[in-house]
This record gives sequence, C-alpha cells and structure tokens, in this order.
Amino acid sequence: MADPTPRIATERLSAMYGKTTAVKDVSLGFEANRVHALIGPSGCGKSTFLRSLNRMHELSPGGWITGRVLLDGQDVYTPTVNPMQLRRRVGMVFQKPTPFPTMSIFDNVAAGLRVGHKRSRAEVAETVERALHGAALWDEVKDRLTASAMALSGGQQQRLCVARTIAPRPEVILLDEPTASLDPQGTQRIEELLYTLKREFTIVIVTHNMQQAARVSDTTSFFYLGDLVETGATRQLFTSPAREATEAYITGRFG
Amino acid sequence: MNRSAARRLRSRFMVGLMGLAVVLAVLPLLLILGTLIAKGAGSLNLAFFTNVPVPAGETGGGVLHAIIGTLMIVGVACLIGLPLGIGAGIYCAEYPASRLTFATRFVSDVLNGTPSIVVGVFAWTWIVASQKHFSAFAGSVALAILMVPMVTRTTEEMIKLVPHSLREAALALGYSRWRTSLSVVVRTTLPGIVTGSLLAVARVAGETAPLLFTALGSQYLSFNLDQPMAALPLVVFNYAIGPYEEWHQLAWATALVLILVVLVLSAAARLATRRKFTQNG
Repeated sequence: MADPTPRIATERLSAMYGKTTAVKDVSLGFEANRVHALIGPSGCGKSTFLRSLNRMHELSPGGWITGRVLLDGQDVYTPTVNPMQLRRRVGMVFQKPTPFPTMSIFDNVAAGLRVGHKRSRAEVAETVERALHGAALWDEVKDRLTASAMALSGGQQQRLCVARTIAPRPEVILLDEPTASLDPQGTQRIEELLYTLKREFTIVIVTHNMQQAARVSDTTSFFYLGDLVETGATRQLFTSPAREATEAYITGRFG
Repeated sequence: MNRSAARRLRSRFMVGLMGLAVVLAVLPLLLILGTLIAKGAGSLNLAFFTNVPVPAGETGGGVLHAIIGTLMIVGVACLIGLPLGIGAGIYCAEYPASRLTFATRFVSDVLNGTPSIVVGVFAWTWIVASQKHFSAFAGSVALAILMVPMVTRTTEEMIKLVPHSLREAALALGYSRWRTSLSVVVRTTLPGIVTGSLLAVARVAGETAPLLFTALGSQYLSFNLDQPMAALPLVVFNYAIGPYEEWHQLAWATALVLILVVLVLSAAARLATRRKFTQNG
C-alpha cells in the first residue's frame, strides 16, 4: 500500500504451525481510522494472520512466523519488544464473548488497566465509564456495575469485551469474527459500534460473513489457502474484483 | 401397544432403576449418620466439648484435647500440603507436555492408591525414629503426604476445565503468563480447587493409621507440635478397643464429633469462597 503510512503493516509475513504453513508471504498495510475486513473461507489463514499482528499466534502450539510486522514503522518481533506491552497497544476481541466470570462488570472493563502503568482509582473509574460509553453499553449497565458480568446477555457480553479492549486505549483493535456467536440484533449493535470506533482506532476485523464485510469495512482483503489473493477498497472489491478467485468467492461459488 | 407407549414405559422403567440406584447409594451414608446419632448423641453435652478425659471409672470428661489436636494436626498438614498440592496442580495444568508433569501425574496416581498406613510408617521412619520421640508434627507430615497427590490431581483437572478462550482473553489484554494463570484461570476455578482441598481435608481428618505411629495420642490438652498429641480418630480407636461399656459410648460420641468438625470446616470454607456480587445482576 503506497499511500499514507499504514498504522500497522506486514512485510512478507508467513505464519506456521510446526511445519504447516497457514499464512504465506503476505505484505499488507492497514491505515489508521479505517475498518479493514479480512474475508475468506474457513482455514484460509485469515485468523492466523490476525493473531500474528499482536503476537498471539506464537502462543498456539508450534506457532512461529517469518517476515515482519510493523506497528508505526517498528518491527514488533524484534527481541527488544515485549509482547505484553505490544498487546496493550494492539487489542483483540474474540469470537466468543469472554468476560472474566469472577469479576464484576466494572472489574472486567478495568482488567486491562491493572497492568501497565499505575492509575489512580479515579482515573480507573473515569476510564471504565468512558470505555462503556464507547462500547454503547453504559446505559444498560450503569446501575449494576458491581454485578457479575455473567448476568449480561451474549450481545452485551461481547460489547463488554469491546469496552475491556478499548479501555487501555490501544492503537489498533483486532476483531476475530466478533459477531459469529451473536443474534442479529447483537450483530447489528457491534457493527454500528465499529463505525464510531474507527474515529479513534485502527480496526481489523476477520469475518465469515461477506455482507458484514461489505457493510462495515473501508478496505477488504481476500485470503485463500494462506495466500492474500486480493486487497482493495471494499466497494471496488465487491463490485469489480480483479481476480477470478475473489469473484468466485464473493458470488458464492465456493467457500 | 403402540411404539410410543412402549418407549414411555421403558423410559419410566429406566428412570425407576436410576432412582433405586440413588437410594442405594445414599442409604449407607444415612445409615452411618443415623447410627452415629442414635448411639453417640446421648453422650453429647457441652461438657463433652469443653473438658478433657477423666481417669477410667469416673464419669464425665470430654474430648476437647482431641478436637484441638485434630484441628492443629490437620491445620499444619494443610499448611504443608495445600500449597504443595495446589502449586503442583497448577504446574501440571500449565505445562501439560512437560516430562515433570508426566512424572508428577504418575507418582500422584500411585500415591493416591497407597494405603495410608504405609505413609504412617514412612513418617515414623523419617521423623519419629530420627527424633526418637513421637510428635504431632510427624502426624501432620504424614497427613500432608496423603493430601498432596489428591489436591494435585483435582487442582489440575479443575484448571483444565477453564476454557482456553478465557486465558487468551487475558493474554490479549497484555497480562503476563503467571498473572493470567493466577488472577484469571485459578481465580475462576477457585471454588473447584476449594472443593478438592476440602475433600482431601475431610479424608485425612479421619485418618487413624498414619497417626498411630506419629502423633500417637495423648490424654492431655496440648498445643506443642513437638510432643504427642490427641486426635479425634485416635480417641475413637482407643475408646472403641477399650474394655468398658462407657468407653464404647464415648467412642460413638467422638466419632459424631469428628463428623461435625469436618462438616463445620467444609461449610466455613464454602462460605469464605462464595462469590460476592450484588443482587441486581
């Protein structure tokens, strides 16, 4: 991607599980304040690619990479980079809502604030409230911040996870099929959320759902069998894809 | 008879069988409790909990020395055994592929099947024989050795039940591995670990054989871990094999006290680890 310097980018990134290569030689950049969708059939490597960006991939059994991942131009895989600090700058939301069951709603959102630099109690409270507003959950939970997070509905839990992820103010937010386990209403609320969140964050979302990619993203990248087949502005990719495989996938001929 | 009616009948028959199995499984427990209450409750009174034994032939006296003794011996056993067992369990769950984990699981399973009297002899050889006197501490060590493998295995199994996604969520927030383990994974499974520990405590609190060679038993109230000490199971044993009918009564009553002590311990531990959330959730 030639135009403005991407917030986060990969250079010839390959990601492996032991001897199996899941992502092959992908160079891709993501501009700030945009929503980027990664689409492709199951097992195409899009999730593995996503997990390589915040070094979660290396925690999977046998996970390793070659190539580089640049956050603001700096390689995040150099030995001087602490993966824990990296993950505070590149947050992640998962497929299934994962509130911490022993923590209250408040403590869940505050969880990411307990690591890293020290914050005063007032600062934490203020940040939690701002994050819950940001995740469009504040009005629903403001009267029961001390209740168990497990009392929330699935969609609310996922928005709680979004609040937890944005509370430490990362630069990039990775979402790994965040609506796969939600009902249509929950899905819609998350999608609306992405629209407001991109004002502050750089967003990369993996999705199975092509309509979702078309609805929420500014750019879309199509992965197939570990290769990056095509990337471009979402509208263009969905209306006049350059590659035949992309067209076959988006018109539903396979996948 | 049509098919669905036949199915309903078969279903009812099977449910009946399960119900019977439940009754048969619970029956021994009820019988034990019933017998203990029937034979022991008559000798129970406040003095029984607050007095120490009187010489044979006199009436009255209690088992305060043994209640204190059991609490102290089991308490020290917990101090030694629970951190070791829980720590080893966390290690096994965190490093499932390690050779040490494999060895730990194997040794724990073997130790779990080892008769407790063997552990008593072991503690006698290493502590009592070398110190040349019996001590409550040796009893605690023997009980701790019995607790460790039980606690290790249940802790590991409980931690494995925590979904992997929860661990990933914490790591993705920038948590370190040990912090993820302790403040998310172990914290989530704490009620399970407590249950496992309670089972271990309840089991060793009733152990008699390992204490015979170690804590030995005593007629006096003692707080000195370096000296012989009374324990409820030892008192039950001594009274039960004694020649007097009155002693047999005391044995029943003491056994009832032992069960009560275990019950109170369990209830207290459960109360202490109950999740604390406000109600409007």
